[in-house]
Amino acid sequence: MASNLNFNPAVKRKGFGLAIPAMVWLGVFFLLPVMIVFVVSFMSRGRGGSPVLPFTFANYERVIEVFRGVLLDSVWIAFLTTIICLLIGYPLAFWISTRKNQWVRQLALFAIILPFWTNFLVRTYALQTILGREGTINTLLQSLGAIAEPLRLLNTNGAVLLGLVYGFLPFMVLPIYASVERFEFRFVEAAHDLGANDLWAFIKVILPMTLPGIIAGFILVFIPTIGAFVTPDLLGGTEGLMIGNLINTQFKGQGNQPLGSALSMVMMAMVMIALLFYVYFGDRRRA
Amino acid sequence: MAGNIIRKNAPVVAEIEYDQGKINRDMLIRRIGKVGMAFNPIFAYFFLWAPIVILIVYSFNAGESVSVWRGFTTQWYQNIFSNAITAGTESARFSTQIMLDSVGNSMIVAFFSTLISTVIGTMVAMSLVRGNFPGKSILDAVLYLPVVIPEITQAISLAVFFRILFEFVNTNIEGVRATTGFGAIVIGHVAFSISYVTIVVRARLADMNPRFEEAANDLGANNWRTFWRVTFPLLLPAIIAGGLLAFTLSLDDFIVTFFLSGIGTTTLPIFVYGLLKTRVPPEINAISTLMLLASTVLVGISLIMQGRNASGSKK
Repeated sequence: MASNLNFNPAVKRKGFGLAIPAMVWLGVFFLLPVMIVFVVSFMSRGRGGSPVLPFTFANYERVIEVFRGVLLDSVWIAFLTTIICLLIGYPLAFWISTRKNQWVRQLALFAIILPFWTNFLVRTYALQTILGREGTINTLLQSLGAIAEPLRLLNTNGAVLLGLVYGFLPFMVLPIYASVERFEFRFVEAAHDLGANDLWAFIKVILPMTLPGIIAGFILVFIPTIGAFVTPDLLGGTEGLMIGNLINTQFKGQGNQPLGSALSMVMMAMVMIALLFYVYFGDRRRA
Repeated sequence: MAGNIIRKNAPVVAEIEYDQGKINRDMLIRRIGKVGMAFNPIFAYFFLWAPIVILIVYSFNAGESVSVWRGFTTQWYQNIFSNAITAGTESARFSTQIMLDSVGNSMIVAFFSTLISTVIGTMVAMSLVRGNFPGKSILDAVLYLPVVIPEITQAISLAVFFRILFEFVNTNIEGVRATTGFGAIVIGHVAFSISYVTIVVRARLADMNPRFEEAANDLGANNWRTFWRVTFPLLLPAIIAGGLLAFTLSLDDFIVTFFLSGIGTTTLPIFVYGLLKTRVPPEINAISTLMLLASTVLVGISLIMQGRNASGSKK
């Protein structure tokens, strides 16, 4: 089929018609709105927070001057979340993929996926009840006599970090599992025969060969956590603010839409940098 | 596990010098690794499941507090199913009717966004795998953008877009009063679901041998007939899997819906968020447990479908 295409100039646009609905939908309801937000981010704040002329750079100046702290905090929290997910998720993916019994392997994977298919809000609420003043941890510690006063666990940066790791751990485990599953353990045997101990075999053989999975997991965790809104909103209170919360307040009620747009564009730029990093390393892997 | 992979039963060649210190060190490293590998899954599964188990257990707690156990009851489930408004402060009050309405709204939105995104996604997957036209690689890249861009960016973009659009419509067209609501929410959900459907369907399509379609063409079937008689039946498991993915994404979506919802379009996640932001009613654990049960059933169906999908592609 593909070979006889070349002889007929009319089919140079083969399949174009089938692509039109997706092109129109994504063009009008995805690309165009993002472009509008880009333009709005250079406008001034009008009545009720809506964008008005003239064009200005003031929003970006404010983002850098006033919100730099929250921005850097968000990147830092997203980074920490990703690292913790990697530290828990990598050995876990390894453990699952080395189960010999296929049923055990399927069940172990299912037990990772199921919590992740349950509603995100419900999972965040479950953590709220555990961390609260009268939550499970405080009640347990008090009844054991370990603490006299309940600890303040909720509405802290730590709670946000815990919530994000809890929410995004499966996104790290699944891509790593996919790349560890294909790993040939003969390479480790070869490394041992050549005198490497377990640590060197891991660093020199296993780690480089499963790097694509690690990078994919890194991207899948880092991008959604940097724009997280629900988790810091429900677990962080006023202390664990992230960019997502700032953007939300600019768009709900009497906010500042141009400022929110600028925040959103800065966040998108940071995500794009992370993606370029991925493309760069991904291509090097393939080459 | 690690043990049989790294067995050192190769014959020791005479020239290798024994270094007892190195062997001891290597054995210590192995022991640390083994302990770590044994401990990690226990910790990880405990971490993932403990909150959920606690949630389910406390949905049967007689006390109104979420943490102090005061005996077993099914009262909260009864309240939900008997449509009883529970006691408590004014703000803690909620009725089963409001919750059921939100479930209904979620279903309506999920149904339409799944239908539209599955059709559009399958079409574009066909054109990307089997077609050839200028701009194909650009379309390919744009299709991945909704997956990789933070959802909140997408949500506020659509919110700003609709605000401007409706302002224009309402001031320029007489007698029209457009607001955000079901239409806007469905449009937003379709905008991110298309990408996921396309990824699932095109993976299957790329595995499929084009000879079947060529054979149908050679036997005189036109493109339309070939699609419905050959391509579609072979592609169906992937289309269903993609559709189920779109359905769950829509059902679970909070952020896009949150920025586009209007009056009377409260979906289930928005409803739950409202409960959590005001005063948490004692029924919340029971509601969450029921939602958990519903998604378990959905995952089960989807996994069975994907199992069929996988066994079908092995031929």
